[in-house]
Amino acid sequence: MERIPILKMGDCLLVTVQVDMHDQMALTLQDDLTTRISQTKAKAVLIDISALEIVDSFIGRMLGNIAGMARILDAQTVLVGMRPAVAITLVELGMSLPGVRTALNVERGMDLIRMSPANRSRHDRESR
Amino acid sequence: MTASQGEQLPIRTSEEVVVVRQAVRKWAVAAGFSIIDQTKVVTAASELARNTVVHAGGGTVLIEQITSGERRGLRLTFEDSGPGIPDIELALKDGYTTGNGLGLGLSGSKRLMNEFVITSTVGHGTKVVATKWK
Ligand SMILES: Nc1ncnc2c1ncn2[C@@H]1O[C@H](COP(=O)(O)OP(=O)(O)OP(=O)(O)O)[C@@H](O)[C@H]1O
Ligand SMILES: [Mg+2]
Repeated sequence: MERIPILKMGDCLLVTVQVDMHDQMALTLQDDLTTRISQTKAKAVLIDISALEIVDSFIGRMLGNIAGMARILDAQTVLVGMRPAVAITLVELGMSLPGVRTALNVERGMDLIRMSPANRSRHDRESR
Repeated sequence: MTASQGEQLPIRTSEEVVVVRQAVRKWAVAAGFSIIDQTKVVTAASELARNTVVHAGGGTVLIEQITSGERRGLRLTFEDSGPGIPDIELALKDGYTTGNGLGLGLSGSKRLMNEFVITSTVGHGTKVVATKWK
């Protein structure tokens, strides 16, 4: 089965979803990411969904699960590039993606991760 | 109301749910829907197609371009011979699920479409007709 690649950049994992994922693919991505976070001790996960034309309840649930799983493993998740039409539709569908942070694009997502209190306090701890 | 053109597709697997999404997108573009309306129709189709696979073990969808006077629209008819829905009103409540979903598929896709009619007979199957007007 086709898999969504996961790239490691420093202590961040980057996922760019470029295909219309069927449900099994989405579940595989969720598992793969969880494994990679714990293997690499990544501190952040950036998921670029700018190529996705829709996010339905299944994909929405997967994104929420990833964020929840990452949090337990002490990593933060930022969802980047959601198309406006997708955002409008998600809200009308009734999904608010609680606990998932969003940014306009990958660059802003990176900024968000760098500026986050969790990262700063870790930096403080490490420099002590 | 008249149906001018249409296409019927099987929905048996999650791969075929993707095929349905792509076909509905194509028809929504052909009907001249805005990007937002295209996204709403495709998302609703994805939810209803998944329900057909997950709750009924498969079925079919008929995608039709329809006209009523000057109005153009897209009508999606999902049909299955699954277990049926005993209480449709309950199934349409946000958060109601008999599986491990979020229970947003039916209620959410009803909000995303303009007309939404469910008919179901326990032990025989379910038919969902969902229409979006341009
Ligand atoms: N085609 C169908 N055949 C039989 N039962 C159905 C069908 N579609 C929906 N249902 C019933 O209606 C309930 C609500 O459906 P809905 O799509 O709203 O939620 P879900 O599929 O359980 O979860 P979600 O779609 O959020 O992942 C389902 O749990 C199921 O019991
Ligand atoms: Mg559903």
